Amino acid sequence: MNEQKKVVISVLGLDRKGIIARVSGVLYENEANILDISQTIVSGYFTMILVADISAPGCSFDVLSEKLNKLGEELGVQIRTQLSEIFESMYRI
Amino acid sequence: MVTTSEILSTLKMIDKQKLDVRTITMGISLLDCACDSDEKECQKVYDKITRLAGNLVRVGEEIERDFGVPIVNKRISVTPAALISGAMKNPVKLAQALDSAAADIGVNFIGGFSALVHKAMTHADKRLIESMPEALSCTERLCGSVNVGSTKAGINMDAVKLMGVVVKQLAENTASSGGFGCAKLVIFSNAVEDNPFMAGAFHGPGEGECAINVGVSGPGVVKGALESVKGHPFDDVAETIKKTAFSITRVGQLVALEASRRLNVPFGIVDLSLAPTPAVGDSVAQILEEMGLEVCGTHGTTAALALLNDAVKKGGVMASSHVGGLSGAFIPLSEDIGMIRAAERGCLCLDKLEAMTCVCSVGLDMIAVPGDTTAETLSAIIADEAAIGMVNNKTTAVRLIPAPGAKVGDNVEFGGLFGRAPVIAVHPFSSAEFIARGGRIPAPLQSLRN
Repeated sequence: MNEQKKVVISVLGLDRKGIIARVSGVLYENEANILDISQTIVSGYFTMILVADISAPGCSFDVLSEKLNKLGEELGVQIRTQLSEIFESMYRI
Repeated sequence: MVTTSEILSTLKMIDKQKLDVRTITMGISLLDCACDSDEKECQKVYDKITRLAGNLVRVGEEIERDFGVPIVNKRISVTPAALISGAMKNPVKLAQALDSAAADIGVNFIGGFSALVHKAMTHADKRLIESMPEALSCTERLCGSVNVGSTKAGINMDAVKLMGVVVKQLAENTASSGGFGCAKLVIFSNAVEDNPFMAGAFHGPGEGECAINVGVSGPGVVKGALESVKGHPFDDVAETIKKTAFSITRVGQLVALEASRRLNVPFGIVDLSLAPTPAVGDSVAQILEEMGLEVCGTHGTTAALALLNDAVKKGGVMASSHVGGLSGAFIPLSEDIGMIRAAERGCLCLDKLEAMTCVCSVGLDMIAVPGDTTAETLSAIIADEAAIGMVNNKTTAVRLIPAPGAKVGDNVEFGGLFGRAPVIAVHPFSSAEFIARGGRIPAPLQSLRN
């Protein structure tokens, strides 16, 4: 059993239809498992934070990150994929 | 689980407040490369550096991408060149070998064309120092440093005298770029062996075979945090800085451990310095101004800087398993937009900068002085700064650029991270007889301290 490897995917930009569907679609295709998702819209500005497990053998950080970058360009929003340790180390002792 | 607001706060730090890891520096010992053939030694040095650091840039970029945090520089520090060049005929050849290794690996700087002469100079030390004007002007990426004083040994005034001449000559050799060669030469008192920051980085003789040292940054993040405690008492200011420094340093620690693991090189230290860049929003001066000073350099600046420097260390120490290097706030004049503006408004003079160096790391850094400043005056400035380090048991450094042809009020452009230096005045009165004495200033008393 591999240790769980988590990524934080943040999506920031103007709201439009289908952002969650498209992002979760890419995650599904790449065998990533969504662990947590939160989303808000403030004055038309869309913010989604999604935590996913990418420890499945068929799931590669590099591939996922590249596909999400491309999707971000297509949707006109900023999508960033980061390993979750960065956030855990900054705010947890 | 990390909360959404914490994630958004980190993204804001990276995007708006310029949070970054300033440098991953690989320290490499070259002690086993010393030999009595110039060609052989250069080859051994080149081979060892490219073998150990061949993947440094690639791994740095991978970590940058995986964690989404910019890692601005990947660099190398090596054993002080004076220790391995004693049997060589020409130390400039070693300089060129170091430079070409750095170029082939793809790092922007390599540090360690250095000599440790705080008590006295060996023949090799003296020869290496005398070769610096040529070595640092015929190479692109090589940085050098000389340690001229220490709390335990006092100040080697013969070396101080020589360094004034070396700095002057180096400026003249690189006159076409405003004396830029001098930006690659640091004169220390109490130099540290594990500093990851250029131009003063070297891999000291007390270090191991190879180590990963990381320098963090983030003046913009500290300033951003202080905006939330406007008008509050200093207790709140100090607490806010400590918490922010903790978060910033954790990023450095994470990157350092990850780089160490991926490169299979032991982790050395995290350097807790706040290192500004010329970018807007990445300034130490603006932190001091955020505390309530109209312009950095006015009365109160030294106190503000003392608080900042101390709080950064207190916050950072717990965030890292090994803290070292210079660890404090840097005040390089040309690399900090707030400092540049303060100097241009006449609020920041050499004397005030000297006072500020008593309470922070590191010293008189990246300061352009008029081109007609004499070697003796440069030496005297170096002596003053070395004395502050020696007496206060801290590292101090001098990186002065006597820009050829430049006068007070001119600007010298260096570009990139080196920024733009407004030329500031030195005292017009002579220190020549003082410097001509030579010899050694004895080590200071360590008790009866008042």
